[in-house]
Amino acid sequence: MTTPAASASNGPMIEIQRLNKWYGDFHVLRDIDLTVARGERIVICGPSGSGKSTLIRCVNHLEEHQQGEIVVNGIAMTQDVKRIEQIRRHVGMVFQHFNLFPHLSVLENCCLSQVWVQKKPRAEAEATAMEYLERVQIANQAYKYPGQLSGGQQQRVAIARALCMRPDVMLFDEPTSALDPEMIKEVLDVMVELAHEGMTMLCVTHEMGFAKTVADRVIFMDQGQIIEEAPPESFFNNPRSERTQLFLSQILGH
Amino acid sequence: MTTTTVYDEMIEARRPPDLRSGVAGWLRKNLFNGPVNSVITIITAGLMAWALWPLLQWAVLQADWIGQTREDCSGEGACWVFISARFETIVYGFYPEAARWRVDIIFAMLAALIAWLAIPRLPAKRWVGLFALVGFPVVAYFLLVGGHFGLMYVPTREWGGLMLTLTIATVGIVGSLPLGVILALGRRSKMPLVKSVCVVFIEFWRGVPLITVLFMASVMLPLFVPTEVDFDKLLRALVGIMFFWSAYMAEVVRGGLQAIDKGQNEAGQALGLSYWQRMGLIILPQALKLVIPGIVNTFIALFKDTSLVLIIGLFDLLAIVRAGLTDPNWLGFATEGYVFAALVFWVFCFSMSRYSQYIERKLHTGHRR
Repeated sequence: MTTPAASASNGPMIEIQRLNKWYGDFHVLRDIDLTVARGERIVICGPSGSGKSTLIRCVNHLEEHQQGEIVVNGIAMTQDVKRIEQIRRHVGMVFQHFNLFPHLSVLENCCLSQVWVQKKPRAEAEATAMEYLERVQIANQAYKYPGQLSGGQQQRVAIARALCMRPDVMLFDEPTSALDPEMIKEVLDVMVELAHEGMTMLCVTHEMGFAKTVADRVIFMDQGQIIEEAPPESFFNNPRSERTQLFLSQILGH
Repeated sequence: MTTTTVYDEMIEARRPPDLRSGVAGWLRKNLFNGPVNSVITIITAGLMAWALWPLLQWAVLQADWIGQTREDCSGEGACWVFISARFETIVYGFYPEAARWRVDIIFAMLAALIAWLAIPRLPAKRWVGLFALVGFPVVAYFLLVGGHFGLMYVPTREWGGLMLTLTIATVGIVGSLPLGVILALGRRSKMPLVKSVCVVFIEFWRGVPLITVLFMASVMLPLFVPTEVDFDKLLRALVGIMFFWSAYMAEVVRGGLQAIDKGQNEAGQALGLSYWQRMGLIILPQALKLVIPGIVNTFIALFKDTSLVLIIGLFDLLAIVRAGLTDPNWLGFATEGYVFAALVFWVFCFSMSRYSQYIERKLHTGHRR
């Protein structure tokens, strides 16, 4: 949909080095190293509790990490609120439970951050919002409230809302896990289209079909560690580690 | 192959469905649907008439409405002459007669502002709201207190009656809500200092009775501050009332904040919105809407408790009515006085209640499934 905006930095989009995170005594992320190139599509999978959601939530500082470095689009993550907000402006996120703002219409959901963060005039923000709502094929619902839409429609609005900020990278946190089966496809279609247009994407998902279609790399996590990372073909056909094999047999076996 | 049916006689018209709307329909559906219910309805109506008839006779049918003095009271029913003769005092207290037009202007402005903000169709809500919060208090202060621009100075000890009640209630309501919101946000803050200041403030003010607060404000405070600093007694009471009710308000608002899914805040963060933007644009609009009943409940309690200022020697509506009862010319009209005062309080509180229900319906966007 958008080509990643040319940035001051020409290095990788995301660089994570020796990332460690604890919840109290529980070590959720152990020495994570991950580099995401511009335009790269990565799918992260793994059993529940493996730390995959926590990992991508660290990228826009929804979760705080205790050790390690995260550099997003050339900006190093610190505790500084201004810097965190600067990073978030370039990182779009889609949540499992959509998290649309229920008191605002679909259009207002998409305009809010454009007007308040990017300081765009309202007319321009609305034009951008309509453009993206059109692309996720939901422009005809622009004046409805989220509570009046189906789950699939809401998730497409959530994707449009994130895209309105023209992010350089999109994070997807199990975007189809809360959807009824017949609605999963409409959301995946939008994501596939987005991938084909060159968006840098980091997706936590169990949709292995999606991983096979669009991923450049599939990452398997377990117990806070990256166990295996490989292009989808070798990942699905010749998984190296036993844990990966077990996981794949469990989710593909039926 | 088709079949054709031919009727050679008219089909008789069916009865229309039972009337479901209108007064008659409502009566039939709710009060007279079946013999047992009809009997119950008639018995209840009889009981109500038996109980309420004397009240109606006393308050309306046999009451005296017109007159100037005690001699105009026939003594059979209520004598509302007591109220009408003292009406000016009940409304203005001891405010000098020559300056009462200033109170009238403020009454009119207050009514106009409330109406403007309450009626959804009227435009420019933002500017009117801004004026109501910033401009109006300044205008009201200069007009009511006077002492500038050639206006006669009217010390607050001469204020009283309905105007004092409305002054206290308006300042209390307008002051306690924003302060309560700030306190509620502060109590949920991750900054230890902010959090503890808010917790201490809330627990202190919520832990003392309002009467104590008023006594402290009027009797104790002057002992602690130097004599040349003279805060007005009404001002001290206003600040006390505002702090007291803001503590209650804070807990009501906090209940609303806790009901909002944390995904809402995260979505705002992910979009790059700052803390105050997230609170002001996403969290508070939803949280405050959820707790409208609690907020209005607090407003109503505040409005009624304005009458407590009588213990520090301020004459609010109720106190002025009570003062009238001791007038040697008007002894023995306590019932009329209290019924009237109760009615005035009830009208204001009931209006707030109805308006809050209307606002709740209006703000409903269909997301509660």
